[in-house]
Amino acid sequence: MRVLRMAAAAVAVFAAVGAVEAKDWSKVRIGTEGAYPPFNSLTADGQLVGFDVDIAKALCEEMKVECEFVVQDWDGMIPALQAGKFDAVIASMSITEERLQKVDFTNKYYNTPPAIAVPKDSKIESTSDKHLDGAALGAQSSTTHSNYAEEKLPSADLKLYPTPDEYKLDVASGRIDAVIDDVVVLSEWLDTDDGACCKILGTLTPDPVINGAGAGIAIRKDDPELKEKFNAAIEAILANGKYKEINDKYFSFDVYGG
Amino acid sequence: MEDALTLLSFGDQGWGDTIAFGVMITVSLAIATLPFGLLLGFLIALAKNSNEPSLRLAANVYTTIFRGLPELLTLFLVYFGVQIGIQQGLKLIGFDAYFEVNSFVAGMVALSLVFSSYASEAFLSAFKGIPQGQYEGGYALGLSRYQTMALVILPQLIRLALPALGNLWLILLKETSLVSVIGLPDLVREAGIAARVTKEPFLFFGIACLIYLLLAMISSAGLSRVERWTKKGDVAR
Amino acid sequence: MIAANPTTGQKRPPPPPRAWTHGRILGHVLMALWIISGISLVYFLASNIASPFVERYWGKYVDGFLVTLQIVGVSLLIGALLSLPIALARNSSWKIFAWPAYGYVYFFRGTPLLAQTFLIYYGAGTFRPELEAVGLWGFFREAWYCVIFAFSLNTAAYQAEILRGAILNVPKGQWEGAAALGLSRPVTFFKVILPQALMVALRPYGNEIILMIKGSAIASIVTIYDLMGETRRAYSRSYDFQAYIWAAVLYLIIVETLRRVWDKIEQRLTRHLKR
Repeated sequence: MRVLRMAAAAVAVFAAVGAVEAKDWSKVRIGTEGAYPPFNSLTADGQLVGFDVDIAKALCEEMKVECEFVVQDWDGMIPALQAGKFDAVIASMSITEERLQKVDFTNKYYNTPPAIAVPKDSKIESTSDKHLDGAALGAQSSTTHSNYAEEKLPSADLKLYPTPDEYKLDVASGRIDAVIDDVVVLSEWLDTDDGACCKILGTLTPDPVINGAGAGIAIRKDDPELKEKFNAAIEAILANGKYKEINDKYFSFDVYGG
Repeated sequence: MEDALTLLSFGDQGWGDTIAFGVMITVSLAIATLPFGLLLGFLIALAKNSNEPSLRLAANVYTTIFRGLPELLTLFLVYFGVQIGIQQGLKLIGFDAYFEVNSFVAGMVALSLVFSSYASEAFLSAFKGIPQGQYEGGYALGLSRYQTMALVILPQLIRLALPALGNLWLILLKETSLVSVIGLPDLVREAGIAARVTKEPFLFFGIACLIYLLLAMISSAGLSRVERWTKKGDVAR
Repeated sequence: MIAANPTTGQKRPPPPPRAWTHGRILGHVLMALWIISGISLVYFLASNIASPFVERYWGKYVDGFLVTLQIVGVSLLIGALLSLPIALARNSSWKIFAWPAYGYVYFFRGTPLLAQTFLIYYGAGTFRPELEAVGLWGFFREAWYCVIFAFSLNTAAYQAEILRGAILNVPKGQWEGAAALGLSRPVTFFKVILPQALMVALRPYGNEIILMIKGSAIASIVTIYDLMGETRRAYSRSYDFQAYIWAAVLYLIIVETLRRVWDKIEQRLTRHLKR
């Protein structure tokens, strides 16, 4: 019976064509990934936690709107936003030219540089393209980091993974020689038992075109009023100390960046 | 060994309940797909069996497409494409609405498309196994075309097509695993999450494989019972 | 049928015009829908042939296409070599051969290729020390070899079943005839039975090749850039849906071409069997 009910529920979802009533934004649906600690991740009992999540909650409180989180795989994040599965993406998404062609962004809410991590016994000398020649380099697909590797480190053999968890498995087993990701994400992982295998090889100088100007909140292009609301809220939490409170809960330095 | 048992137990420590939930999703997806796939497959077989050339051609185009595309690609086309397509269609007629195709429905639609094109072949060869006299007999008794189809032909058709359909059901069960890629928490995806968190991929993917085998065995046992039941009529003759 | 009555010279009356039955209307409507979709697809592709998307990713698609062909070709070949001993073991009256072969075939046919690929790819990663000890880590380290390994084992199971069925299908008289001619059993098997069995198996083999081409899309999930892998990469970068449409067209072309060529080959090779 349960199975039948599930199928019926699924069909009901399929049939749910809702004309969106006048957008007063009393309720905002927020898409996030839940696989990118410390920014956003899922606990064993299915709760979303992390910097992005706390910032999102603070922003919603500031805007006095009700927020609902939707977990979405990274690969489909922008298509899902465009398709209206949620209204905003707060998932450490960098503001880049490429993405701005599809969606709009608020101002940044943090900015940290990318870095490369390698196994502790690695013989790779530096993060330059020359030293990474032929090395298997792992990255999460559709990220600024995979784009950076494609453009700036063409000699490396780039391997794309759906979430950071998979490249972590592969670098720990020695299947790939290095991984590229946000320095904060990599450092967080290196501090855990699983990350004991590896070390940071070095941080990279972000490229303004590829890496963009920090992580912002992605909004559909036809919702400029929501974007303005978020921008105002970001400024407000930066001014009233709420941002610093969240920042200090997770990091010993300032992630807002220059 | 004890470690493995803890990991597989139910409750806070283990992943047993997660895996069980995944199994439920896998099975319900397969069961939810079946009626649509069968109905669509039957209609397509009817079209292929028709005297009307245009109908036959239309049905053949359908099966050529959905038997030629990789199932994974069909799934992506449905998951991303249908949503975009419907949305733009709605916009065209000036209706600003959001249409949501979740991963369960996308999986159901994609698997139904694939299942129906294979099932139509099974039905078609079953149609060929029913002598013309059965139709004529039906008409001679004064049954309408519809009644003849529903009361005389269909019961025989199901019996003839059953072995092939049983095979397709086993294939369908396995193909549900592809929806893990578009984010539906089925058996393979839950096993994958457990594998990543516990760093025991061999254990969890091995368990997933064994569960699929178990499902296949249960299905085979069930199918052979149904087949025996449909053959009851044969013995009496 | 009498075309014309020779005595009167009268022509047979023309057949009555075909009535517009429900089926005919439905068939025409459906065909019209297909034709419209087909034309809009061709129009869509033609209007995008010079788009930045195609310009940027076309080369990648060609690379991916070649990778797909390589994976499928190599796996099918290795699978074919493995399938012969498995099929023989499966047919053997010795239980110590028959049972393991049965278990092998049942496992690989009863579980999804996706789960098998994950099991081998991620499973191998955890057994690195053991694999290093026997010198196999270099092999399992590469995603490419893992995929070939998984696909070969999978297709070997399916091909073994095809081959087994075909061998059983060869009439017993063929064995007896060969024995009467004084041929040894191995010679009989390889020169008399196997060629006939392969002939019968041509059609299922064709289906297996097509299933393998479609199944190979799974390789894209474990970091291989086959046709599907390149497609997903292009989509994840451009969010342009035509990425998937081009892939669909390419896959359909491969599968349809193969199916038609295979049909021709089959017709040619089995023409002596036609009565």
